[in-house]
Amino acid sequence: MLLIPCPWCEAERPELEFRYGGEAHVARAADPASVDDAQWAQFLFFRTNPRGLHAERWRHVAGCGRFFNCLRDTVSDRIVATYKAGEPRPDAGALATGGAS
Amino acid sequence: MTARFRTASGGRVDRARPIRFTFDGKSYEGLAGDTLASALIANGVHFVNRSYKYHRPRGFLSAGAEEPNALVGVAEGPGRFAPNLRATQTPLIEGLAVTSQNRWPSLAFDVGAVNDLMSPFYGAGFYYKTFMGPNLFGKNWAWKTIYEPIVRRAAGLGQPPTNADPDAYAQYYDHCDVLVIGAGPSGLAAARAAAAGGAEVILCDEQAEMGGSLLAETRATIDGAPAAEWLARTLADLAALPNVRLMPRTQAFGYYAQNFVGLAETVSQDERARNADAPRERLWQLRAREVVIAAGAIERALVFPDNDRPGVMLAEAARVYLNRYGAKVGERVVLVTAHDSAYRAALDLKGAGVEVAMIADLRAKADGALPQAARAAGLRVLAGATIHAAAGKRRVAGARLSAPGFAEQTVACDALLMCGGWTPSVHLHSQSRGKVVWEEARGLFLPGDSVQRERSAGACRGVFGLAQAMADGARAGADAASRAGRPSPTMEAPAVADAPEAFGGALGDQSPPAARKAKAFVDYQNDVCAKDIRLAVQEGMRSIEHVKRYTTTGMATDQGKIANMNALAIAADKLGRSVPEVGLTTFRQPYTPVTFGLFAGASRGDLFDPVRKTPIHDWAASQGAAFEDVGLWKRAWYFPQGREDMHAAVRRECRQTRASVGMFDASTLGKIEVVGPDAARFLERLYTNPWAKLEVGRCRYGLMLNEQGFIMDDGVIARIAADRFHVTTTTGGAPRVLNHMEDYLQTEFPDLKVWLTSTTEQWAVIAVQGPKSRELIAPFVEGIDLSREATPHMSVREGRVCGAPARLMRVSFTGELGFEINVPPDVARSVWETLWAAGAALGVVAYGTEAMHVMRAEKGYIIVGQDTDGTVTPDDAGMGWAIGKAKADFVGKRSLARADLSAPGRKQFVGLLTENPRVVPMEGAQIVARADYAVGEHAIGHVTSAYDSPALDRSIALAVVENGRARMGETVFIAAVVAGQRRDSRHGLRSRVPRQEGRAPRWLALSLRRRAAARSRGARCPPGRASRSQSRRRRRASSCAATRRSPRRPAPPSASPFPAHPARRPRARGAPRSGSDRTNGY
Ligand SMILES: [Zn+2]
Repeated sequence: MLLIPCPWCEAERPELEFRYGGEAHVARAADPASVDDAQWAQFLFFRTNPRGLHAERWRHVAGCGRFFNCLRDTVSDRIVATYKAGEPRPDAGALATGGAS
Repeated sequence: MTARFRTASGGRVDRARPIRFTFDGKSYEGLAGDTLASALIANGVHFVNRSYKYHRPRGFLSAGAEEPNALVGVAEGPGRFAPNLRATQTPLIEGLAVTSQNRWPSLAFDVGAVNDLMSPFYGAGFYYKTFMGPNLFGKNWAWKTIYEPIVRRAAGLGQPPTNADPDAYAQYYDHCDVLVIGAGPSGLAAARAAAAGGAEVILCDEQAEMGGSLLAETRATIDGAPAAEWLARTLADLAALPNVRLMPRTQAFGYYAQNFVGLAETVSQDERARNADAPRERLWQLRAREVVIAAGAIERALVFPDNDRPGVMLAEAARVYLNRYGAKVGERVVLVTAHDSAYRAALDLKGAGVEVAMIADLRAKADGALPQAARAAGLRVLAGATIHAAAGKRRVAGARLSAPGFAEQTVACDALLMCGGWTPSVHLHSQSRGKVVWEEARGLFLPGDSVQRERSAGACRGVFGLAQAMADGARAGADAASRAGRPSPTMEAPAVADAPEAFGGALGDQSPPAARKAKAFVDYQNDVCAKDIRLAVQEGMRSIEHVKRYTTTGMATDQGKIANMNALAIAADKLGRSVPEVGLTTFRQPYTPVTFGLFAGASRGDLFDPVRKTPIHDWAASQGAAFEDVGLWKRAWYFPQGREDMHAAVRRECRQTRASVGMFDASTLGKIEVVGPDAARFLERLYTNPWAKLEVGRCRYGLMLNEQGFIMDDGVIARIAADRFHVTTTTGGAPRVLNHMEDYLQTEFPDLKVWLTSTTEQWAVIAVQGPKSRELIAPFVEGIDLSREATPHMSVREGRVCGAPARLMRVSFTGELGFEINVPPDVARSVWETLWAAGAALGVVAYGTEAMHVMRAEKGYIIVGQDTDGTVTPDDAGMGWAIGKAKADFVGKRSLARADLSAPGRKQFVGLLTENPRVVPMEGAQIVARADYAVGEHAIGHVTSAYDSPALDRSIALAVVENGRARMGETVFIAAVVAGQRRDSRHGLRSRVPRQEGRAPRWLALSLRRRAAARSRGARCPPGRASRSQSRRRRRASSCAATRRSPRRPAPPSASPFPAHPARRPRARGAPRSGSDRTNGY
């Protein structure tokens, strides 16, 4: 079970309190009608599924209820950073070399 | 009376405390401190089991957790039977009744042993090759109906217990600075060093006694004292430290992410004797800052013909039985070894008076410290030896040996001890995602770089000597403590003397070339021989993962702890490649089997799942209601009276509701209060319908799509105030809908000022439906004008009902005049009972979910999750009317414009009438276009709902059918899967009743109903109903005669856009719970 730092609660809480929400930074177009089918299909169905750092959404569903984003290494399950929804993705390179643990 | 093979003195057993037990009905005596294995060995019993596939006699191979053979069934008294326990790990307690397994009728005479003679047919890939046909009646027919049942009965382990487990299991979370796994020499040294500076240390060990190899150590001294003394002192010292917790009988079975380690603790008999409430086992989910893995190493077997005879054992195991338990494995032993450590066993056995007939060393030279000591003690050592076979059947009788200058001959013995070297236990390191690396010189896989905060120490990383392992452990413990941020004062590593290091090792098949066709076992538990592995390679398996699956080597419950390295070496040899090239199979959790009880913990019986009950539940129960599970909710299903069955009860409930008035507990409806200045704007984006212009006090049916454009949920939404909506959802959909709303509100529309609150349990809902519903409730309603004009259909009013504050909605999910009374849950039952009592004069009936279902189907309302399946668009459902055409955007709108979602051929929602009105088709039945379709032909749809309709006095069905709306009036077919008749398998009826037999298949012909048929009945709308024809058009046609036949009063059309309350039930009765249902309850 992962320990996940909630950026809203500013506390590390067990995975049981959270719900996974899929890949982060997949923004819904402000005006979906202006988006062509191919772009819309990208938005709906295509995800990066990387081996390594993955930006993903979590919701602290049994805590503050807020959505936030998380950079997690899909190989080691190491959580590199969590940040509030709407904030930019942190620089992965700096984090990887900085090393949280 | 001392058992015959018990030593006169020594060992750690308590000779003053004899313990009685039985094995296969025969009584034996052991001693406190014995395991089942040591007690049986002390009594001269080695033949304890028959093997999995060949039913060969088997005995004890090891003395520890790696034991593959000696699995027994153990009864600890009534109701406490556990199969497949390793006798080597089962502490002996008074009165144990032990039974051998996998034999019938008895261990000595076993019918299945014929498998051993038939073994030419049981080679590698046996299951894949043998049971292939004939496919007389379809693919895999023979396997499914003939072979599999027999194979399953003949093969296998013990019988599962048939009663519920009477014991309790506890679960804990915990954390510490340093977790040390394994309390052998290196683990003890690590724990001492880690604890010295105050770090919180947990030391766990799978055995009842801590000490690991020190428990069997009689020669070495540590810090000047005999090993046993040093051990006792060290354990006492550690136990006295406030920052150290010792956890014996505790297996670290799994290493997970972020230093999360699963520990399975078996509670001691002493504790359970003291405390009757003590659990049988405890699960510790432990988070450690730093971990020291000191898991030791496992002795490898040698692969040679008949190396599985009872009495053929690992050499160190014999030493453990002797030194730790005072049990001699035999009177005359032969040792076959490729490693010095076996000499230690030989010396100890000789010292205990056991005749050591021969030490056959497979190595050309054996002149290390231990072999020299053995020679000096007068033991006969045969270097460069070859082991040809073990003699004997139910007990080993000799070893067939040869060597340069030693002609092949059988050396008699009653125990044949072998040692192929030592395999470091890298399991936990590997589970932690650390790589293992191959050391060619010694032929070992060793832990490579750590990924998590763990380090290995001692034998599990190839540091084998006692002194070296203890120094390594001390270093690892200090390192762990300092990395956990604790001081770690340097400690002297314990000074070890008289423990010479042992060297050597062999991998692979040791059989002489002439004996390569004999049974030389690699995996004892799954009966895999060396020749099976060679055959697998010969038949094209290249990777060890394929060899493993083809031969099943390493796939038994012991996970090949003893077998894997030999299997790998044999495969590599046959392939002509190196061991690391062939690869290592994955080490999976758990390290050794863990009980289901441990994981279940308290989650069983009534505590398996939370049960949600409405405030009216107990009333329904007192009325004899039958309940059904909907998500976590218990819902009243129907209310049988007298000897009524469900069918009769539902007919009565439906008829009486339509004739007078019915009461229904709708409290489980999901409810969400949507509040804020942007509440209407928010709903505009989350639902397909328009909301901005909905007047305060009015309700509207809302349809929710996911972003892909498919129907996700629906419900009536009432506008309580300009900035406040009372949203209802399906019963099972409430958490999903709230999460969906929060998701969009927080991440896509954060600019909107809206607050969402789950109010599902803040409002109990009493639905009062039927022509007399107004009459029933009117006397109890205060502050609301119930007249048709003042409270029209689809409106909401706040006032009081029976004195309780209420939100009263005029809505209907039955097609009748109806109200839904929302009241606080604490008064709901009294409101219900007050209405119920008053209703007696009107002929009120309580109806359950089944009648609710039937009545809504008679009306043609969908149930999201039953009539839709996540691929249904509003247009597919015939609900294009629910889409606000003027809206620029809502969730799902853009997707509806995708070509696929408006392509011809989509399945559309229709009603079906069977040609035989008495037949109710099975829900889920596949629909085909013609009666004589070919097997495998494309189905054009399926039945989503089907009932016997009391209002129509015939069956009705709802379905999705390709181009359904264009097919109105056509006839379609389904196989005769009829409720109450024998249900045919997935093969369909046609494949079961071949035409040439002259029996026509039974078909159910159904005609699609044209919605035009309903149009003429507009005038028969019940009060408040929208123009019937209009609403009909908006729904689908279906079993539309419902309205024609049910007596209705004429009523003026209302302006309401849609008449009724939609979906209530999330899924079909009896359908499996979905994961999302479980989290219901925001
Ligand atoms: Zn939080």
